[in-house]
Amino acid sequence: MISGSFAFYRPHTIAEAVAMLATHGDAARLVAGGHSLIPMMKLRMAMPDHLIDVGGIADLKGIKRDGSDWLIGALTTQAELIADQALAAGLPVLRETALQIADPQVRNCGTLGGNIANGDPGNDMPAVMLCLNARFEVTGPGGKRSIPARGFYHGAYVTSLAQDEIVTAVRIAALPPGSAAAYEKLKRKVGDYATAAAAVALGLQDGKINFCSIALTNLAPTPLWAEAAGQALIGRAPGAESFALAGRLAEEITDPSSDARGPAAYRTKMGGVMVRRALARAALAAKT
Amino acid sequence: MNKSVNLSINGTRHAVTLDDPRVTLLDLLRERLDLTGTKKGCDRGQCGACTIILNGRRVNSCLTLAVSCGGAEILTIEGLAQGDVLHPVQAAFIEHDAFQCGFCTPGQIMSAVGLIMEGQAGDDEERIREGMSGNLCRCGAYAGITQAVRQAQARMNERERTGEAA
Repeated sequence: MISGSFAFYRPHTIAEAVAMLATHGDAARLVAGGHSLIPMMKLRMAMPDHLIDVGGIADLKGIKRDGSDWLIGALTTQAELIADQALAAGLPVLRETALQIADPQVRNCGTLGGNIANGDPGNDMPAVMLCLNARFEVTGPGGKRSIPARGFYHGAYVTSLAQDEIVTAVRIAALPPGSAAAYEKLKRKVGDYATAAAAVALGLQDGKINFCSIALTNLAPTPLWAEAAGQALIGRAPGAESFALAGRLAEEITDPSSDARGPAAYRTKMGGVMVRRALARAALAAKT
Repeated sequence: MNKSVNLSINGTRHAVTLDDPRVTLLDLLRERLDLTGTKKGCDRGQCGACTIILNGRRVNSCLTLAVSCGGAEILTIEGLAQGDVLHPVQAAFIEHDAFQCGFCTPGQIMSAVGLIMEGQAGDDEERIREGMSGNLCRCGAYAGITQAVRQAQARMNERERTGEAA
């Protein structure tokens, strides 16, 4: 399989990449790890005339702290997320999620920026970003802006990112003390996209839930932030009853398709199960 | 528009002129440099037959554009053996019958080399299986593959411990 023809560019700065996007308009696409776009190009489902490889832009790399926030460069690979010891200690849910994405070869190339910006509803990181209230730092011809993850996804492959903008980093606030996050993913086999998955963050104070955020993967054309399901647990004691309530409320907002991963009704129910399991695990981690 | 790319493949430097940016690393190796040990299976990053080590990390060469690889260090199946002496992973695959038709084997072996370099699997069959999950085997030689990876890793660790040359 050979893709359609394209002109190739490998800029060294964010400004150069943005200028190339501005020049070539809709005929241009950015490529980083290439593990979503290159197969689509080989299948001729994507046929950009201009391919801009951002892999040589040093400013897109690195995992840093900015105050108490985590600032993770868009070009950070899933393997680098997994290997980063500080991140594993401070925000382990990212490592936990990255380990459930595809297989080791793919994780060595696939990037956090590509995973969140492509808008594929099967991708795992977007729900984690909604759950953690991350912000996506973006640069375009007019300068920088910061887009909340919770307002970024509008449809399958449709996001707030303008054609001439590039996601440069992801900003995530540290979780408050006494809280923890978890990602639970049901898949048919190792490496598969989710049949259903849930990202949760939960905080405890005096034996009651004082903070809860829940998001869902692959249960609608976009990742879903289950705001009501999380809010419903505030002030409640952690336990099977509370977690079942959140699972039911989360199920109500899903709109999955029936496909090889199962009928819609099954996938919705599995969404609820993943929410319950993730909450139970996060509650345990928050206590310790 | 021609682009020239300098690569080191199995320790040999190559200055390659690409007349088309669509050439993948896999096609460069197989079609232009006659290094046909690396196999093309699905050609879309699902089967792992094209696995090579690129700058110390195992990757699917079918999804890597050669034009993006300027200055890269590449290790393929052809670069593993030292003359007639097989690499420990190659020897272990033979010892454990870790293949039947052999088509996926170069990718399996390169993936195993990458897995052992990463050093995260330990002597744990479940983690070795997960670590090898990017490589499909239609013949179903998985049980032998797992044992081969386990043994090769143990031998390589032992050699490292005793300081014996690999």
